[in-house]
Amino acid sequence: MPNRLNLYLGVGIGGVIGALGRYAISILFESDSYFPFGTLVANLLGCLLLGFLLNSPLIKNNVSNIVFIGLTTGLIGAFTTFSTFALETVHLAYHHLFLAFVYVGISVLGGIFLSFLGFRLANKRQA
Amino acid sequence: MIMNILLISLGGFLGSILRFYISIKLDKRLVGTWLANVTGSMLLGVSIYFHSIHMISDYLWLFLGIGFCGSYTTFSTFGNEVVQLLLMKDYRTATLYIVTSLFVSILVVLTVFVLLGYKF
Repeated sequence: MPNRLNLYLGVGIGGVIGALGRYAISILFESDSYFPFGTLVANLLGCLLLGFLLNSPLIKNNVSNIVFIGLTTGLIGAFTTFSTFALETVHLAYHHLFLAFVYVGISVLGGIFLSFLGFRLANKRQA
Repeated sequence: MIMNILLISLGGFLGSILRFYISIKLDKRLVGTWLANVTGSMLLGVSIYFHSIHMISDYLWLFLGIGFCGSYTTFSTFGNEVVQLLLMKDYRTATLYIVTSLFVSILVVLTVFVLLGYKF
Protein backbone atom coordinates (compact mmCIF):
# COMPACT_ATOMS: atom_id res chain seq x y z
CA MET A 1 0.00 0.00 0.00
CA PRO A 2 1.96 3.05 -1.23
CA ASN A 3 -0.16 5.49 0.78
CA ARG A 4 0.69 3.79 4.06
CA LEU A 5 4.35 3.65 3.01
CA ASN A 6 4.36 7.44 2.47
CA LEU A 7 2.99 7.95 5.98
CA TYR A 8 5.83 5.86 7.41
CA LEU A 9 8.34 7.83 5.34
CA GLY A 10 6.84 11.10 6.61
CA VAL A 11 7.14 9.94 10.21
CA GLY A 12 10.72 8.75 9.59
CA ILE A 13 11.84 12.04 8.04
CA GLY A 14 10.16 13.99 10.85
CA GLY A 15 11.90 11.66 13.29
CA VAL A 16 15.32 12.49 11.79
CA ILE A 17 14.75 16.24 12.23
CA GLY A 18 13.33 15.76 15.73
CA ALA A 19 16.23 13.58 16.90
CA LEU A 20 18.82 16.03 15.53
CA GLY A 21 16.97 18.93 17.16
CA ARG A 22 17.03 17.11 20.50
CA TYR A 23 20.76 16.42 20.06
CA ALA A 24 21.37 20.13 19.30
CA ILE A 25 19.45 21.17 22.43
CA SER A 26 21.41 18.67 24.53
CA ILE A 27 24.69 20.21 23.31
CA LEU A 28 23.37 23.74 23.82
CA PHE A 29 22.32 23.03 27.40
CA GLU A 30 25.31 20.88 28.33
CA SER A 31 26.50 21.72 31.84
CA ASP A 32 28.51 20.31 34.70
CA SER A 33 25.46 20.01 36.92
CA TYR A 34 23.63 16.72 37.39
CA PHE A 35 20.37 18.34 36.43
CA PRO A 36 19.35 17.39 32.86
CA PHE A 37 18.30 20.80 31.53
CA GLY A 38 18.56 19.75 27.87
CA THR A 39 15.98 16.95 28.08
CA LEU A 40 13.72 19.14 30.21
CA VAL A 41 13.77 21.98 27.67
CA ALA A 42 13.16 19.62 24.72
CA ASN A 43 10.31 17.81 26.49
CA LEU A 44 8.53 20.96 27.70
CA LEU A 45 8.93 22.79 24.39
CA GLY A 46 7.74 19.69 22.53
CA CYS A 47 4.61 19.40 24.69
CA LEU A 48 3.67 23.01 23.89
CA LEU A 49 4.31 22.61 20.16
CA LEU A 50 2.45 19.29 19.93
CA GLY A 51 -0.52 20.70 21.84
CA PHE A 52 -0.70 23.50 19.32
CA LEU A 53 -0.13 21.39 16.19
CA LEU A 54 -2.62 18.66 17.14
CA ASN A 55 -5.42 21.11 17.87
CA SER A 56 -4.91 23.93 15.41
CA PRO A 57 -7.62 23.87 12.71
CA LEU A 58 -5.40 26.14 10.64
CA ILE A 59 -2.71 23.46 10.42
CA LYS A 60 -5.04 20.48 10.12
CA ASN A 61 -6.91 22.04 7.20
CA ASN A 62 -3.91 23.30 5.30
CA VAL A 63 -1.34 20.52 5.28
CA SER A 64 -1.56 17.01 3.86
CA ASN A 65 -2.01 14.00 6.10
CA ILE A 66 1.60 12.96 5.51
CA VAL A 67 2.99 16.36 6.55
CA PHE A 68 0.69 16.45 9.58
CA ILE A 69 1.72 13.00 10.83
CA GLY A 70 5.36 13.77 9.95
CA LEU A 71 5.31 16.95 12.05
CA THR A 72 3.39 15.56 15.03
CA THR A 73 4.18 11.85 15.45
CA GLY A 74 7.51 12.11 13.64
CA LEU A 75 9.23 15.42 14.40
CA ILE A 76 7.80 16.43 17.79
CA GLY A 77 7.45 12.79 18.86
CA ALA A 78 11.17 12.18 18.31
CA PHE A 79 12.24 15.62 19.58
CA THR A 80 10.86 14.71 23.00
CA THR A 81 11.91 11.57 24.82
CA PHE A 82 10.74 9.42 27.68
CA SER A 83 13.57 6.89 27.89
CA THR A 84 16.26 9.51 28.56
CA PHE A 85 13.91 11.14 31.07
CA ALA A 86 13.49 7.82 32.95
CA LEU A 87 17.23 7.11 32.86
CA GLU A 88 18.15 10.59 34.07
CA THR A 89 15.62 10.32 36.89
CA VAL A 90 17.29 7.13 38.14
CA HIS A 91 20.75 8.74 37.84
CA LEU A 92 19.55 11.85 39.64
CA ALA A 93 17.87 9.82 42.40
CA TYR A 94 21.14 8.06 43.05
CA HIS A 95 23.13 11.30 43.43
CA HIS A 96 20.49 13.67 44.71
CA LEU A 97 17.08 12.20 45.56
CA PHE A 98 15.39 15.55 46.09
CA LEU A 99 16.45 16.82 42.66
CA ALA A 100 15.02 13.64 41.11
CA PHE A 101 11.60 14.50 42.52
CA VAL A 102 11.98 18.09 41.32
CA TYR A 103 12.91 16.83 37.83
CA VAL A 104 9.94 14.45 37.61
CA GLY A 105 7.59 17.09 39.05
CA ILE A 106 8.60 19.87 36.66
CA SER A 107 8.65 17.49 33.67
CA VAL A 108 5.22 15.95 34.28
CA LEU A 109 3.29 18.95 35.64
CA GLY A 110 5.03 21.34 33.23
CA GLY A 111 4.47 18.98 30.31
CA ILE A 112 0.77 18.64 31.04
CA PHE A 113 0.38 22.40 31.58
CA LEU A 114 2.23 23.28 28.35
CA SER A 115 0.29 20.65 26.34
CA PHE A 116 -2.89 22.31 27.60
CA LEU A 117 -1.51 25.78 26.82
CA GLY A 118 -0.77 24.64 23.25
CA PHE A 119 -4.32 23.32 22.96
CA ARG A 120 -5.75 26.65 24.20
CA LEU A 121 -3.54 28.75 21.91
CA ALA A 122 -4.58 26.63 18.93
CA ASN A 123 -8.25 27.10 19.65
CA LYS A 124 -7.88 30.82 20.31
CA ARG A 125 -6.48 31.29 16.81
CA GLN A 126 -9.71 29.92 15.40
CA ALA A 127 -11.97 32.45 17.12
CA MET B 1 30.45 15.49 13.62
CA ILE B 2 29.05 14.35 10.24
CA MET B 3 29.20 10.75 11.49
CA ASN B 4 27.36 11.74 14.70
CA ILE B 5 24.61 13.42 12.67
CA LEU B 6 24.25 10.44 10.32
CA LEU B 7 24.03 7.89 13.14
CA ILE B 8 21.52 9.92 15.17
CA SER B 9 19.47 10.52 12.02
CA LEU B 10 19.32 6.81 11.21
CA GLY B 11 18.33 5.99 14.79
CA GLY B 12 15.72 8.75 14.81
CA PHE B 13 14.30 7.52 11.49
CA LEU B 14 13.91 3.91 12.65
CA GLY B 15 12.82 4.73 16.21
CA SER B 16 9.98 7.05 15.25
CA ILE B 17 8.78 4.64 12.55
CA LEU B 18 8.68 1.74 15.04
CA ARG B 19 6.69 3.89 17.52
CA PHE B 20 4.24 4.80 14.74
CA TYR B 21 3.99 1.15 13.67
CA ILE B 22 3.18 0.02 17.23
CA SER B 23 0.54 2.74 17.70
CA ILE B 24 -1.17 1.62 14.46
CA LYS B 25 -0.94 -2.10 15.24
CA LEU B 26 -2.38 -1.68 18.73
CA ASP B 27 -5.01 0.71 17.40
CA LYS B 28 -5.01 2.42 20.78
CA ARG B 29 -2.70 5.40 21.05
CA LEU B 30 -2.51 5.33 24.83
CA VAL B 31 -1.33 1.71 25.00
CA GLY B 32 1.05 2.22 22.09
CA THR B 33 2.79 5.21 23.67
CA TRP B 34 2.91 3.45 27.04
CA LEU B 35 4.46 0.33 25.56
CA ALA B 36 7.00 2.27 23.50
CA ASN B 37 8.02 4.37 26.50
CA VAL B 38 8.46 1.39 28.82
CA THR B 39 10.28 -0.90 26.35
CA GLY B 40 12.39 2.05 25.10
CA SER B 41 13.44 2.89 28.66
CA MET B 42 14.46 -0.74 29.18
CA LEU B 43 16.52 -0.78 25.97
CA LEU B 44 18.19 2.52 26.90
CA GLY B 45 19.09 1.13 30.34
CA VAL B 46 20.69 -1.94 28.75
CA SER B 47 22.46 0.23 26.15
CA ILE B 48 24.01 2.64 28.65
CA TYR B 49 25.33 -0.30 30.67
CA PHE B 50 27.04 -1.90 27.68
CA HIS B 51 28.29 1.54 26.63
CA SER B 52 29.77 2.04 30.11
CA ILE B 53 31.78 -1.21 29.87
CA HIS B 54 32.80 -0.30 26.27
CA MET B 55 30.92 -3.17 24.67
CA ILE B 56 28.88 -0.55 22.86
CA SER B 57 31.07 1.98 21.03
CA ASP B 58 30.44 5.74 21.12
CA TYR B 59 29.12 5.52 17.57
CA LEU B 60 26.70 2.71 18.36
CA TRP B 61 25.56 4.68 21.42
CA LEU B 62 24.73 7.69 19.23
CA PHE B 63 22.66 5.45 16.96
CA LEU B 64 21.01 3.27 19.59
CA GLY B 65 20.82 5.47 22.71
CA ILE B 66 20.37 9.01 21.41
CA GLY B 67 18.87 8.29 18.00
CA PHE B 68 16.78 5.14 18.30
CA CYS B 69 15.68 5.00 21.97
CA GLY B 70 15.34 8.78 22.14
CA SER B 71 12.98 8.86 19.18
CA TYR B 72 11.20 5.57 19.82
CA THR B 73 10.02 6.95 23.16
CA THR B 74 8.16 10.24 23.45
CA PHE B 75 7.18 12.74 26.10
CA SER B 76 5.06 15.18 24.09
CA THR B 77 2.49 12.55 23.07
CA PHE B 78 2.35 11.41 26.70
CA GLY B 79 1.62 14.99 27.87
CA ASN B 80 -0.98 15.61 25.20
CA GLU B 81 -2.72 12.28 25.76
CA VAL B 82 -3.01 13.17 29.46
CA VAL B 83 -4.58 16.53 28.54
CA GLN B 84 -7.07 14.77 26.23
CA LEU B 85 -8.05 12.44 29.10
CA LEU B 86 -8.41 15.39 31.49
CA LEU B 87 -10.56 17.28 28.97
CA MET B 88 -12.80 14.20 28.70
CA LYS B 89 -12.95 14.27 32.52
CA ASP B 90 -11.52 10.75 32.61
CA TYR B 91 -9.43 11.52 35.69
CA ARG B 92 -9.07 7.87 36.65
CA THR B 93 -7.42 6.84 33.37
CA ALA B 94 -5.31 10.02 33.36
CA THR B 95 -3.95 9.29 36.85
CA LEU B 96 -3.39 5.62 36.02
CA TYR B 97 -1.61 6.57 32.79
CA ILE B 98 0.72 9.09 34.48
CA VAL B 99 1.52 6.91 37.50
CA THR B 100 2.14 3.66 35.59
CA SER B 101 4.19 5.38 32.85
CA LEU B 102 6.48 6.91 35.46
CA PHE B 103 6.57 4.03 37.90
CA VAL B 104 7.01 1.18 35.42
CA SER B 105 9.62 2.92 33.23
CA ILE B 106 11.71 3.97 36.24
CA LEU B 107 11.35 0.53 37.84
CA VAL B 108 12.38 -1.15 34.59
CA VAL B 109 15.53 1.00 34.36
CA LEU B 110 16.35 0.32 38.02
CA THR B 111 15.82 -3.42 37.56
CA VAL B 112 18.08 -3.49 34.50
CA PHE B 113 20.78 -1.61 36.42
CA VAL B 114 20.55 -3.92 39.44
CA LEU B 115 20.52 -7.10 37.32
CA LEU B 116 23.51 -5.97 35.24
CA GLY B 117 25.34 -4.51 38.23
CA TYR B 118 25.62 -1.06 36.66
CA LYS B 119 27.78 1.31 38.70
CA PHE B 120 26.54 4.88 38.59
